[in-house]
Amino acid sequence: MRAVLFGATRGIGRAVARELAQRGDSLFLLGRDEAELARSCADLRLRGAAAADFLHCDLLEPRGFEPALARAEEVLGGVDAVVVSAGLFAPQAELERDPALLERVLSADFVHTVGFCEVARRRLLARGGGTLCALSSVAGDRARAPAALYGAAKAGLSHYLEGLDHGYRSQGLRTVCVKPGFVRTGMTAGLPEPPFAASPERVARSIVRAIDRGRPVVYAPPIWRAVMLAVRALPRALMRRLRF
Amino acid sequence: MKRGVPVKVAGWGRAPVREAEEVDDEDLRAAVRGARLTRGLGRSYGDASLPPQAGARVAASRRADRLLAFDRSEGVLRAEAGLSLERLSAWLHPRGFAVPVVPGTAHVTLGGMVAADVHGKNHHRAGTLGAHLRALRLALADGRELEVSDAHEGELFRATQGGMGLTAHILEVELSLERIPSPWIWQETEPLRDLDELLERLPVASAAWPFTVAFVDALAGGPALGRGALVKGRWAGAAEAPARAPGRGLRPTLPFELPDWALNRASARLVNAVYRVTSGRRAPGAVSPRAHFHPLDVVLEWNRAYGRSGFTQYQAVIPREAGAAAVRRLFETVVASGVPPFLCVVKDLGAEGAGLLSFPRPGTTVSIDLPLRGGRTQALVDALNRCVLEAGGRIYLAKDALTRREHFEAMEGARLAAFDAVRRRFDPERRISSALAVRLLGDPA
Repeated sequence: MRAVLFGATRGIGRAVARELAQRGDSLFLLGRDEAELARSCADLRLRGAAAADFLHCDLLEPRGFEPALARAEEVLGGVDAVVVSAGLFAPQAELERDPALLERVLSADFVHTVGFCEVARRRLLARGGGTLCALSSVAGDRARAPAALYGAAKAGLSHYLEGLDHGYRSQGLRTVCVKPGFVRTGMTAGLPEPPFAASPERVARSIVRAIDRGRPVVYAPPIWRAVMLAVRALPRALMRRLRF
Repeated sequence: MKRGVPVKVAGWGRAPVREAEEVDDEDLRAAVRGARLTRGLGRSYGDASLPPQAGARVAASRRADRLLAFDRSEGVLRAEAGLSLERLSAWLHPRGFAVPVVPGTAHVTLGGMVAADVHGKNHHRAGTLGAHLRALRLALADGRELEVSDAHEGELFRATQGGMGLTAHILEVELSLERIPSPWIWQETEPLRDLDELLERLPVASAAWPFTVAFVDALAGGPALGRGALVKGRWAGAAEAPARAPGRGLRPTLPFELPDWALNRASARLVNAVYRVTSGRRAPGAVSPRAHFHPLDVVLEWNRAYGRSGFTQYQAVIPREAGAAAVRRLFETVVASGVPPFLCVVKDLGAEGAGLLSFPRPGTTVSIDLPLRGGRTQALVDALNRCVLEAGGRIYLAKDALTRREHFEAMEGARLAAFDAVRRRFDPERRISSALAVRLLGDPA
């Protein structure tokens, strides 16, 4: 498989890239820090990637999206999958306090992630299709007070990905909306750990399986599908009282 | 600068515990900015991975785990300092290579292995890890990044080997690997009747085998003093190794902390007896590298067995010239103290390495796990240190929690001045420090 990964130097993205590398896929990394990207490419080549190259691309600079994906297609000789794991996170209290941070997080996690996916959609469809996989979150499945803002961005992203699936699957575009629960990465370090916390490696295996099978929605670990089914069914009056 | 998270950190011995602001990030360069210390997997036993003051900033290296370069023909590897030995070995062994020196646990980072300049069961042949190090990439206290090796800033390179993370933050490690004929170890064991037999057989075994170690029942006094088992190993040849790769096996975790009273002379006797019988009478054969090098890794978080009070491991080396009598005195001191010793390991060490504060030197090293029982354990460590001082030996900082500064200074003498000179040159303000440095090196508290 030839895959473009946006945000693969860290966390879940890093684990997905390693999973793909181990089976000999060809990878092209997009991200902000070129020295970090170079180190990740070295790691991925040693772990078995047939090729691993990179280009600077910033989620907050949408003008770079088109040339970045064009370059990736050129280097890989075509693209089978685009995986978007780049994003920002901040706790609700900080987002409420700091409007500039709020704008950055919402722009990155919704506006520009969708913007990037739109570029990827057009380019994949122009070449007859492919897989577009983006990392949403269980936080987007049901609004909760402690993650209202971050969850809203993820809810928007999940919604958008479902729309793409309805609209373009028949033309060969397979979308994969990933909804991880709590994953132990640098991004979540120090946050109180809820039940079913998982390692990025475990989540990455679920994601790669979903990409291979073209499953439109994947909960990782899978237990979250049942958990969120229950949480979505909770009446609003109860949600107001629960502080989770 | 990325914000840290308040955490409580402790070494493997579970005590002392100190609050720290931990920066835990995939990008190690970002994490070490402004940090007082870098900490890996926290497997040093005492206070080596604790910050110099409560609440001080420490960088966690464990997510910096990328392979960076591998030259198969030369057998040279470069990786980030947070890569664990367990993960690295899992990658290397199927490719016909191994890390040439490994300590008693695989749950250590490359950076931690360098900082402690670890030795293994093959020290008599292979020396410490430092003997196989080619280069390090460091982040200095002033923020500069520097590549060091024997040829470039050699003094800093040598001070960092065994320097307990006090010279600089270690970012990347480049080392020479060992080629292995199979991913299995051929292991043979023999029972040992007493200390005389141990001290006679260990060097004989070491002349013939690359890996040797003895387990001793440190509760046995009198004529049985020093009884135990001698374990010998080498990488198995392709013909004698099973065709399959060694499995990961079951990895149970000790699910809860045992109460402090569970560790007493009776349970110590039981543990020592089980260990002696099972390890001394095993038939020769191929075993997994983990079973040979890291037998205790089988149970994750086994340190919980020592309860809330925790434990310490006393490890010292008695120089060869001090003779068997000095080793015997060490055991007699433990037996007489009444503190129940749990696991005791004896190993002959070879030539001294290049690290300015490296532990090994030619002689016999003894390590003993001891529960922390307030004044009694402190008194025992003091008594053991007096024996070691008299014999001209030294202690292993990666294990230590209780040694007094005056004892340490008396053991180390001129080596401390050389180490201090390097720190003065590269970090005059002591921005990089640790609780151990405060306790033993006179860093500001």
